[in-house]
Amino acid sequence: MNILKHPALSQWQSQFSSTLFWRKQLKQSLLTLSGLLVFVLCWQLASSQIQTSLGQFPGPTQAAAQWSQLVDEYQAEQQREDAFHRRQLERHAAMLAEDPATEFTSLPYRARPTFFSQILTSLHTVLTGFVLASLIAIPLGMLIGLSNNLYQVFNPLIQLFKPISPLAWLPLVTLIVSSVDLSSAWGSRSFVVSVCTVMLCSLWPTLLNTAVGVSQVPNDLLNVSKVLRLSWWRHLRIIVLPSAVPMIFTGLRLSLGIAWMVLIAAEMLAQNPGLGKFVWDEFQNGSSDSLSRICVAVLVIGLLGFALDRLMLMLQRKVNWDKTAVSR
Amino acid sequence: MQKTNSGMQKTHLELTQVGISFPTEKGPFVALQNVNLHIKKGEFVSLIGHSGCGKSTVLNIVAGLHQATTGGVILNHKEVTEPGPERAVVFQNHSLLPWLTVYQNVELAVKQQSDGKKTKAEIRDWVEHNLELVHMSHALDKRPNEISGGMKQRVGIARALAMQPEVLLMDEPFGALDALTRAHLQDSLMEIQAQLNTTVMMITHDVDEAVLLSDRIVMMTNGPAATIGEILTIDLLRPRHRLQLADDPTYNHYRHQVLSFLYEKQRKVEDLGSKRAEKQHHKTQASA
Repeated sequence: MNILKHPALSQWQSQFSSTLFWRKQLKQSLLTLSGLLVFVLCWQLASSQIQTSLGQFPGPTQAAAQWSQLVDEYQAEQQREDAFHRRQLERHAAMLAEDPATEFTSLPYRARPTFFSQILTSLHTVLTGFVLASLIAIPLGMLIGLSNNLYQVFNPLIQLFKPISPLAWLPLVTLIVSSVDLSSAWGSRSFVVSVCTVMLCSLWPTLLNTAVGVSQVPNDLLNVSKVLRLSWWRHLRIIVLPSAVPMIFTGLRLSLGIAWMVLIAAEMLAQNPGLGKFVWDEFQNGSSDSLSRICVAVLVIGLLGFALDRLMLMLQRKVNWDKTAVSR
Repeated sequence: MQKTNSGMQKTHLELTQVGISFPTEKGPFVALQNVNLHIKKGEFVSLIGHSGCGKSTVLNIVAGLHQATTGGVILNHKEVTEPGPERAVVFQNHSLLPWLTVYQNVELAVKQQSDGKKTKAEIRDWVEHNLELVHMSHALDKRPNEISGGMKQRVGIARALAMQPEVLLMDEPFGALDALTRAHLQDSLMEIQAQLNTTVMMITHDVDEAVLLSDRIVMMTNGPAATIGEILTIDLLRPRHRLQLADDPTYNHYRHQVLSFLYEKQRKVEDLGSKRAEKQHHKTQASA
């Protein structure tokens, strides 16, 4: 098949060649930009009015300066690490030249956490917690949704646990995790504490939405399944799961949003490495740059949360059969 | 041209003393009782009656989706206790799985019914054959939301036919369609039924549809405790053409009989009116 004649491609071409499309795009980006502009202006104006114990509240320019400072620090740390490895290699080479039989162990570089390594840690933690929560919530939600009795059993429990704040879970999780002997395969203790807290808080929206989605399969489709005499497993896979997919994704997106918020709070309070700890450390540090750095961190937290949600949306668009569904 | 009743054999679907009642707070509510019906192989039977008279309940009992409280249904000397592909159902609102394509919707039924006995090529041929039967070969890879209501109903029929059912159960299959599409599908259905000689039990609200398609029309009385009021045998030659029949005195006579049953013997609309008048009367009395 000639790829140039593919209907999707020709549709795409005509969409891009039309001036209407570009006018719409232009209008949209102008509106987005004007929103951002208004925000930056308000920030600038408001910051000049606020005096704190650490000096004047930073405006957009100071925050931007700190951003490049943070980038510089990251690059410097990278150079230091490269230099460390180079030195170690040279040393090993020298030792080998003296005595070929020398046995030596490579020392790991103890990197000082930079802003960007904290971001990676946070993302790693939140995704681990979220994936684990989803792996529990989706199958459990399906079971609960399939059986009215199970729903009656679990619903009060879900309603009880759903509103619990991550800060309330944290001491319990910390104590339990420290009482359990963890092998190194699990990662550091603080990582496990963060993951468990994220999991406990982000479980519920997916669980509830999956259960509701599964219990709301249209009666006609259930009848089709009966007439076709689908087995339990095929009934689940062919009828129930696809019709619950839109609701499951609603739950997953809510869960991911909650997971990200919970993680920052947990890191702050429990001193687990990550963006939350970065903010807390800067707050305790109290240097003249701290406030600007916190501003940068706050914006980055927002941006990453937004990016995570977009990622989920993309996945939803890919998996969801209902392409007409408006998802934003 | 063949006479309607020729080529039919002995009874093959039998409803005996079928009744259903639902428990309520005020004791059991009898929705349906004493339904007796014998249907021969290849016969086309319509069920007609006012809304709420239990037509759908009868159909659902035959389908096995509902359990009769009294009496029972026998198909080919076997009691009906659960749904099964030998009694395929065409639902009112098509009930296609929206996440599967037209082809996949029919394929699901074929695969389920063949139980691993058909090869891949055989399945493909059979799915395509049935979609061709309802003239839907052009839309194999479309999803249900990309095709019109009439097309969806065609696919629903193809799915039911692909199960090679002994009995085709249709619950107001064309009720949600516009008049032109409906007429078109009625003609298709007659054509297919003549070809396959499938036994059909169809629920309808449409008098013309009932007379045009059926060998017998089962007219149901109003609920509660609904039952069969009259059975009208339609002795018209097949194939039937709606245009020729429009001026046919026999056809109009049958039509008149169904209408007189619905609007004289089982007046539902006027009942509602008189009830409202009664209520109004009570109200004025109460306020006075």
